[in-house]
Amino acid sequence: MVAATALAEIDAHPAAGAALDIEQVSHAFDIDSAELPVLSDVSISVEPGEFVALLGPSGCGKSTLLRLVAGLDKPRSGTLREDEARITRPHPSRVVVFQDPTLFPWRTVWDNVALGLEAQGVLKSQRHCVDAALDLVGLSDFRTAYPHQLSGGMAQRVALARALVNDPKILILDEPLGKLDSLTRISMQAELVSLWQRKGFTTLLVTHDAEEALVLANRVIVFSDRPARVKADIRVDRPYPRHRGDPYLADLRRQILGLLGLDATW
Amino acid sequence: MSTYSLSDGLASGPPRVARAPLLASWVRESGVGILASVAWIAFGLSCLWWEDVGDWSRTHSLGIAALVIAAIALFGTVGADYLGSAGRGLRQRAPWLVALGAFLTLWEVATAKFAWLPLPFFPPPQSIIEVYTDDLPKLLDSVFASVKLQLGGYLIGATVGFLTGVSIGWSRAVGYWVHPVLRFIGPLPATAWLPIAFFTFPSSWSASTFLIALATGFPVTVLTWSGVASVSNAYYDVARTLGAKPSFLVLKVAIPAALPHVFVGLFMGLGSSFAVLVVAEMIGVKAGLGWYLQWAQGWAAYANMYAALIVTSLLCSGAITLLFSIRDRLLVWQKGTVKW
Ligand SMILES: Nc1ncnc2c1ncn2[C@@H]1O[C@H](COP(=O)(O)OP(=O)(O)OP(=O)(O)O)[C@@H](O)[C@H]1O
Ligand SMILES: [Mg+2]
Repeated sequence: MVAATALAEIDAHPAAGAALDIEQVSHAFDIDSAELPVLSDVSISVEPGEFVALLGPSGCGKSTLLRLVAGLDKPRSGTLREDEARITRPHPSRVVVFQDPTLFPWRTVWDNVALGLEAQGVLKSQRHCVDAALDLVGLSDFRTAYPHQLSGGMAQRVALARALVNDPKILILDEPLGKLDSLTRISMQAELVSLWQRKGFTTLLVTHDAEEALVLANRVIVFSDRPARVKADIRVDRPYPRHRGDPYLADLRRQILGLLGLDATW
Repeated sequence: MSTYSLSDGLASGPPRVARAPLLASWVRESGVGILASVAWIAFGLSCLWWEDVGDWSRTHSLGIAALVIAAIALFGTVGADYLGSAGRGLRQRAPWLVALGAFLTLWEVATAKFAWLPLPFFPPPQSIIEVYTDDLPKLLDSVFASVKLQLGGYLIGATVGFLTGVSIGWSRAVGYWVHPVLRFIGPLPATAWLPIAFFTFPSSWSASTFLIALATGFPVTVLTWSGVASVSNAYYDVARTLGAKPSFLVLKVAIPAALPHVFVGLFMGLGSSFAVLVVAEMIGVKAGLGWYLQWAQGWAAYANMYAALIVTSLLCSGAITLLFSIRDRLLVWQKGTVKW
């Protein structure tokens, strides 16, 4: 049972999000001629417009999976599909916010946010989208600043704006709020949820924070240690906006932390 | 905060206490300017007081000019407060004016007046002035020829070097073929090609242009290449997920990211191309400052040589300043760039 408001929003934009099918994907890296298995037979099927949080121990392969979804790397075996079409290369319908903001230091904040529109050759007609995205992350006053003049959290927000401006069907977030202070973080979480409800894109969010996952996502997937396997797939059927103190979420949180290897005293 | 309250207290304190620092600060600010003026008066008088040991026509005018400069230094630094930024600039440079005046006085006395330094080899200041006034057309012709040659060769070398560097850095196939050639030819000093270049090229001008381009091109190529090769993959990943095509990756990612390296190459190329320019003009081209230097030396016209040397140095320094200002404009996004 998805929250009524969210459902309404998603129904209002039926084409906004794309379905994502990850089918028996395994991946490995070669380090010094030894093979390091990173993903082991991962299958996840994501409905259009779902908000899926991925949780797992550090180094288990979450970022690797996101790179495969983005089309930046090819899996050793298995297939990934976006709306039935096989993912073989990057496409602006799947936009990634990487773990590092990786802003282009030679571009101003505004030009960084405009990057996607410029690359697709539509910047002229959509300049207002850049301004709107900057407004959204609260950095309109910094449009002419260079990345070295920003704080870590501000840089992360610019990276978020750079992704959102492209109107993606699948938004891929690799710990995008990790560097933010707790207050900005909570307000950005709320922004993210309302944005997702408004636009209806499918969201994949990697996070270390079980609470963040539970406040934001419809679904929480817990990975095992490397090589990552799907250890648990948990539905979070609570309406938005959610409250951190919600006993139902607290219960789920205990359950997830248990899966991640922390005992019940937490 | 504490410094503010301190100066507030000073201003509102008894006037007798306040006046002494005022005088002291006036002496501190204008003292060096007065000293500069004294040094230039000394230079002017040293020109006018004694008879020259040789036959130079500009001694009198030089002496007068020195006195005029002394007057400007005096009024300029004393009245700096009323002259705005010009006055401030003058005050800032006053110590240099002192040193320069003292040096010129010493030079004048040691050469033109008492010939402590052996004469034809150490010409006095007025004979160098004489070159600038009497041999001006020839000197200007030489400057023009040098600038033309240098500019043409440098622009060709920088452009070819940049394009080659980007292609090697970007394309494995180009790298496969060009890299060995670069390794074989690049480290050779461009001047080693002089003999071959001068008889294989149709004109000495085209030969020198080629050599200057070669001297410029090698460092520019290598540094552009290393710049492009060292661009972090993360930038390409970001651009590709946002829908960038290969041309966008080259023009809007690789090249801007490599630009700081490219400028290092451009600076190195500028330095080595100056060397080639002067040597090429001395040996093959019958024009330009290198040729002028050579010609002056042949005629034992040492004053002309120093005059040409000063002009050459100003031109090279000017070229580097120009390149720095272009770099500062293009790389504003970098923090902590060197001031030239
Ligand atoms: N390009 C690469 N070459 C070799 N090994 C890699 C590469 N990228 C990642 N790895 C390895 O794959 C494993 C998983 O990396 P990944 O970045 O996916 O972890 P993660 O789950 O995102 O961790 P974290 O939560 O700390 O970001 C790590 O052990 C890492 O060493
Ligand atoms: Mg990661």
